[in-house]
Amino acid sequence: MSELLIRNGFVFDPLQGIKGDRMDIGIKGGKIVETSALNNPKTIDAAGMTVMAGGVDIHSHVVGPKVNVGRLFRPEDKLFKSPHKRCSRMEMGSSVPSTFKTGYDYARMGYVFVNEAAMPPLHSPHVHEEIRDTPIIDNAAMPVFGNNWFTLEYLKNNEIENNAAYTAWLLRATRGFGIKVVNPGGSEAWGWGLNCLHIHDPVPYFDITPAEIVKGLIETNERLGLPHSVHLHCNNLGNPGNYTDTLDSLRLAEGYTPKNDFGREQVMHVTHLQFHAYGGDSWKNVESRTKEIMDYVNAHDNITVDMGQVTLDETTTMTADGPFEYHLRAGNNLKWANVDVELETAAGVVPYIYSPKIKASTVQWAVGLELALLAKDPMRIFLTTDHPNAGPFTRYPQVIAWLMSRAARDETMKTFKWLDRTIDATSIDSIDRELTLYEIAQMTRAGPARALGVSNMYGGLAPGMDADIAVYALNPGDMPSDPAGIEKAFSRCAWLVKDGVVTVRDGEVVSEPAKRTVWVDVKVPENAQVQRDIYEHFLRHYSVKLDNYSLFEEHLHNSRVIEVDTT
Amino acid sequence: MKTVTLTLTNPSELLLEGQNITPDNFAGKKTAEIAALDVWEGKQKSPLGKYFTIAGDGGATAAETKIVLLGDCTRVKRIGQQMTAGEIVIEGNADMYIGGWMKGGKVHVKGNVDSFCGIGMEGGELIVDGKAGCHLGSSPRGEWRGMKGGLIRVAGSVGSDTATFINGGTIIIGGAADIHVSTHGEGGTVVIKGDAKGRVGGQMVKGDIYVYGTIENPLPGFKMVGEVEQEVDGEIALFAHHIGDLGERHPVSKGKTVYANLYTRL
Ligand SMILES: [Zn+2]
Repeated sequence: MSELLIRNGFVFDPLQGIKGDRMDIGIKGGKIVETSALNNPKTIDAAGMTVMAGGVDIHSHVVGPKVNVGRLFRPEDKLFKSPHKRCSRMEMGSSVPSTFKTGYDYARMGYVFVNEAAMPPLHSPHVHEEIRDTPIIDNAAMPVFGNNWFTLEYLKNNEIENNAAYTAWLLRATRGFGIKVVNPGGSEAWGWGLNCLHIHDPVPYFDITPAEIVKGLIETNERLGLPHSVHLHCNNLGNPGNYTDTLDSLRLAEGYTPKNDFGREQVMHVTHLQFHAYGGDSWKNVESRTKEIMDYVNAHDNITVDMGQVTLDETTTMTADGPFEYHLRAGNNLKWANVDVELETAAGVVPYIYSPKIKASTVQWAVGLELALLAKDPMRIFLTTDHPNAGPFTRYPQVIAWLMSRAARDETMKTFKWLDRTIDATSIDSIDRELTLYEIAQMTRAGPARALGVSNMYGGLAPGMDADIAVYALNPGDMPSDPAGIEKAFSRCAWLVKDGVVTVRDGEVVSEPAKRTVWVDVKVPENAQVQRDIYEHFLRHYSVKLDNYSLFEEHLHNSRVIEVDTT
Repeated sequence: MKTVTLTLTNPSELLLEGQNITPDNFAGKKTAEIAALDVWEGKQKSPLGKYFTIAGDGGATAAETKIVLLGDCTRVKRIGQQMTAGEIVIEGNADMYIGGWMKGGKVHVKGNVDSFCGIGMEGGELIVDGKAGCHLGSSPRGEWRGMKGGLIRVAGSVGSDTATFINGGTIIIGGAADIHVSTHGEGGTVVIKGDAKGRVGGQMVKGDIYVYGTIENPLPGFKMVGEVEQEVDGEIALFAHHIGDLGERHPVSKGKTVYANLYTRL
């Protein structure tokens, strides 16, 4: 069994409360072990460097049909960004990188687990084929439920037990990880050319509201005791004045407590909160409402959130929020794609340029950072860019530098064309807080791992956990050092050990340990009604037969199943 | 100005990717260093000197470097790609992507070129004495920000999809143009001294097209608004003035809607 010893690094492991102590980490057989268990280990000298668990991304769009639409219809995203260089497989693309580049770039940043944020159930085979082709990183994928006809019908009749049985069936059929909800009811309303901007707007035909959908799904999730909570993309995304709708959505979690065996403490994860924290009533008078939002989040332990930080890049937006993409296209007149996915969901893709010259973009930039800087508990707010919606994931190191350094924020703000107006419309200029490496570890590995319910395997360095360890060439004694140094260190880790195998060295990928597909298999009691409903819907409404719908076993790559028994 | 002469003495079996043949890459280099620059034949990387006999050193800067290509370069692509200054003379034909993404300087091809020449051009001059293929002066695939500036002059005819998404600069075609001219155009000028086949100015928002010959299939989205006398490429002529594409959205400037102009010679 191969043994490794990472010696003398400054270790940050929020799951164990370790705050930069100089420690050795032992590795044996792909797991972390007590150093006393090692016989003759190879040694990695981490003296003067920062040691953390491998990064965990709770929300990123990296695999599946809409990602691939982005790749297909943006060849310009690859132009001159596919250098002839030595690498294992062809790397190309920027905002929508190829599968290979996705895996390599995450690994170079020291990440080991990425949760695909939206899987259209009908297209789960495509999702799993791309998971297989994305090297190194372990992936999970969340099927979308918030506009699914079965879900809407069961929840309208308050049949939580039936909805739970259907949810368990769909998780297995798609080898999915948890319950994703995108613009609940709104994407289905889009089929009628309508939307649900507020949580009490009824969904046409189904006569149910987004509020009822979200509460019903929370009840379903907690009845099943899934590792992750309901993962919500709120209604009214991206529109000035939407913060009241966001607060309404957050309040839907009141009164619910988590029920699970996985250490998860929230009942609702609200994603890319940046897009949901705007005041004003137009882009002319848009303003930050992060204070109201974060006052609520800080006071409610049963909620976690992620940032959705705007990185001021040219990128490609993609979401199951069909109506949102339609309206975005009307704003920038660029190419777009929109699809309806039968009984399940919708999606759209539109290129978008966030620019320091545009006030809307710079206000969005400030809003995202304010959320993290106003957070009281970094174990409940996670670093994301809703890749690639607010910016490519490859910009996480820049986001870390902004969070850790007021000087880095000031430097960026100097490039803003509408600096005074941005300062007036936000509170970013009045915030001096600089996050610590411990807090960054909370936001990028420990926190997301706990919220996903996988903190027994990922996100920490306790013996028994996966030997996923990132070493960064940063001396905590120098913090906050120069922002460029922080960004450089987090862009290209000095070492990444994945499953006990040295995977990245000096920022270059040196090996490709087997990656895994993480999914959740829930045992529920036999439910004849749900079986009949599934049979009927496939007979009458689906374009595919039931037998061809569920993922074939050969599509599932290197399965790591999390079993949940509710019987 | 110093001259580097490249003579194709050992032609490649596959098409040659010659993006390193630019004054920018040759500047400050001796003959031997130039011979060591990379070219790709398929996926194989080789030194330039494997295919070309090279004489002369580069100038101190790109602007002081002239490159002359001798021999049959019909299968050499990307000469002058992304160049910013200096001069290239190709004594015969050349392949695709000649002068692509040029920012400055001058490329003179004495024979014909294939497709995608001058795409994504931002400045400089591309002169072709013969014919050009498709996508002359177009935007690169997928890109909605097309030619920004510079001059492309082709003496002969051109293929389809000229000047897609053109934003600025000038393209002058001595002969005929195949279908799709200035599709999605948002600026710039295209002059066709011969005939045009059709779909001229489709979804064009802004910019000018001049056609001296006939348009075989004119688009219904253009409406004639009058006759005007205009000076084009040094000569004055009378044109019918059409505006369009009326099926497309149009910007408003100072309270007036901006249209693309299509001038056909009377
Ligand atoms: Zn997302």
